[in-house]
Amino acid sequence: MTSTDQKRFSRLEYPVEGHFGPHGGRFVPETIMPCLTDLEAAYREAMLDEEFTSRLRDLLRTFVGRPTSLFAARNLGRAVQARVYLKREDLAHTGAHKINNALGQALLAQRMGKRRIIAETGAGQHGVATATVCALLGLECVVYMGEEDVRRQSLNVFRMKLLGAEVRHVQSGTKTLKDAVNETFRDWVTNVRTTHYILGSCVGPHPYPVMVRDFQSVIGREARAQIQEVEGRLPDGVIACVGGGSNAIGMFYPFADDETVELIGVEAGGEGLSTGRHAASLVSGSPGVFHGASSYVLQDDEGQILGTHSISAGLDYPGVGPEHSYLKDSGRARYLAADDKAALRAFQQLCRLEGIIPALEPSHALSVLPEVVESLRVTEAQEPLLIVNLSGRGDKDMDTVTRSLGVEL
Amino acid sequence: MNGILGAGAATRNTTAENRLDVTFRQLAGRSALILYVTGGYPDLEASRRILPNVAAEADVIELGIPFSDPVADGPVVQRSSHAALEHGATLAGCLESVRLLRQQSDTPIVLMTYYNPVIRHGLDRFAHEAREAGADGVIAVDLPSEEARPLAVALKAEGLHLVPLVAPTSTDQRIERAAKLAGGFIYCVSLTGVTGVRDGLSPDIPHLLERVRRHSDLPRAVGFGISTPGHARDVARVAEGVVIGSALVDLISRTPKSALETEIRRFAAEIRAGMAAG
Repeated sequence: MTSTDQKRFSRLEYPVEGHFGPHGGRFVPETIMPCLTDLEAAYREAMLDEEFTSRLRDLLRTFVGRPTSLFAARNLGRAVQARVYLKREDLAHTGAHKINNALGQALLAQRMGKRRIIAETGAGQHGVATATVCALLGLECVVYMGEEDVRRQSLNVFRMKLLGAEVRHVQSGTKTLKDAVNETFRDWVTNVRTTHYILGSCVGPHPYPVMVRDFQSVIGREARAQIQEVEGRLPDGVIACVGGGSNAIGMFYPFADDETVELIGVEAGGEGLSTGRHAASLVSGSPGVFHGASSYVLQDDEGQILGTHSISAGLDYPGVGPEHSYLKDSGRARYLAADDKAALRAFQQLCRLEGIIPALEPSHALSVLPEVVESLRVTEAQEPLLIVNLSGRGDKDMDTVTRSLGVEL
Repeated sequence: MNGILGAGAATRNTTAENRLDVTFRQLAGRSALILYVTGGYPDLEASRRILPNVAAEADVIELGIPFSDPVADGPVVQRSSHAALEHGATLAGCLESVRLLRQQSDTPIVLMTYYNPVIRHGLDRFAHEAREAGADGVIAVDLPSEEARPLAVALKAEGLHLVPLVAPTSTDQRIERAAKLAGGFIYCVSLTGVTGVRDGLSPDIPHLLERVRRHSDLPRAVGFGISTPGHARDVARVAEGVVIGSALVDLISRTPKSALETEIRRFAAEIRAGMAAG
């Protein structure tokens, strides 16, 4: 990566037509194109409106519970020979970072006069976050969820219903997150005049990747200030898991111009990259157009999108945000894959060492700590300073974990 | 085609005029019947067997390239796409179907596709092979005018038309931009929604057609939700083309393979009769 590229990255604050180099853009049916243009205009206007931004700030503080803490994980640090901090997004209301974006977009929808909200969900975290903010703001809420995920995440389905949302089971295709996104797009194409689609990750057509990044960047902004306050310096690296990539881009973006801070994304290696049963789009996919944007995607030789596998439903997605594709190509960030077993081990380790039950998604990020520490160590004496984004808490994963560990409750 | 594609878009000297242009000119005011079938559905062999019958009844054939994630399609086309893929349908296989049909029919063929299989194939290679097989145009469902230039250039170099979609939600400015890239005809999406069988016609149609006419002299074909001879009659009165897709695919899904040829011809004849009654 040349220094011009570095500068160029810092200027990608608002990419023209949503293009991040060759990635991004808008690849959607014509019917919703005008709506994307309107959304972009409304979004840019809102972010310049002090009334809108102060309402968002206020609700992030009083409703979501921000700022979330930056916790010095000393026991974990001793185990991996590094100074490790955890950005505690698991402590945000509803238990994950998803609500930062859901709240921002719901306020925007309200401002645009759209009273009906639709959303997709995989693990159910984004669905719960969306149902939550819709309850708060009095908006109608419909959440699409693959039949397979409904089965895997029955508790979150019940949560959404308690919050007043209608959960529609998606029976098409692989019956998981990618098909839930397809079905949400179909609803949007049909009801575009009255409905806003709260997309849950930094994927999809422009302006979603930019908008979701901006709403999630509160994570990295807080973490950057917090680490400087306690350590007096910037970290050597920040680590986050990547499915679509929203918690990662939210953590990475405020550090993007800090050249000494390495950005490390961790994808779901599933049963191992060589088995084909994984969800590592950046590590193992190729550029293509999927769900409205050009980006890395898992596809076959015919350009058909592949099914994926991960122990964590939140990472079980064949695409990834276009800005991550750009960060990969430019070399500014590097991406690794962690398999199911490694994630499960890191999950158990954090439970025991720190008294925190993480979600399986950030357990992938935790699992690469030894490898990252090794690559960043300059001298034996000086331990690397790292932040891991703990994007969500693990309560939702108890069923999966007990099954994986062969435990009967 | 307009000058928007610039000097880089060299046009291959194709000897014959594009079949779409010939067909619409020869219709001389009568509305074209455009029939959509999913390529490789119900399976490759049956699909190739029914295509000549579709070609005999239709003024234009739309051949769908199956895609794993068809976001603009309703349940009928979704199911047909998945079934076709499960039976091994590929882009190359669909082009081969075009080539086989071309040996016995001059009915214009438009390939209806999502963008990713085309990118994966390579834009220039796709355009070249599509022309060689005997296709006349391409509709890319998820490729709005903002992103369409690379494909438009590749198609133009081979003398193929890019048929754009416009929708009731399209602004006049968007319609104008789409019209500049367009060749053959303009596909007017009758409603805000996905493809599928509907009970009634969308009230948005006349206004959309009127707005399209202000920006283009090309034929206007109306599709999405046109399901019955009555619908076809009403649309034929106001538009230069009527697209029937899901209703035909639904018929194919309900018909035993041995009866497909006769059932398709019966269905198309009923639609034709409806259009003639207009």
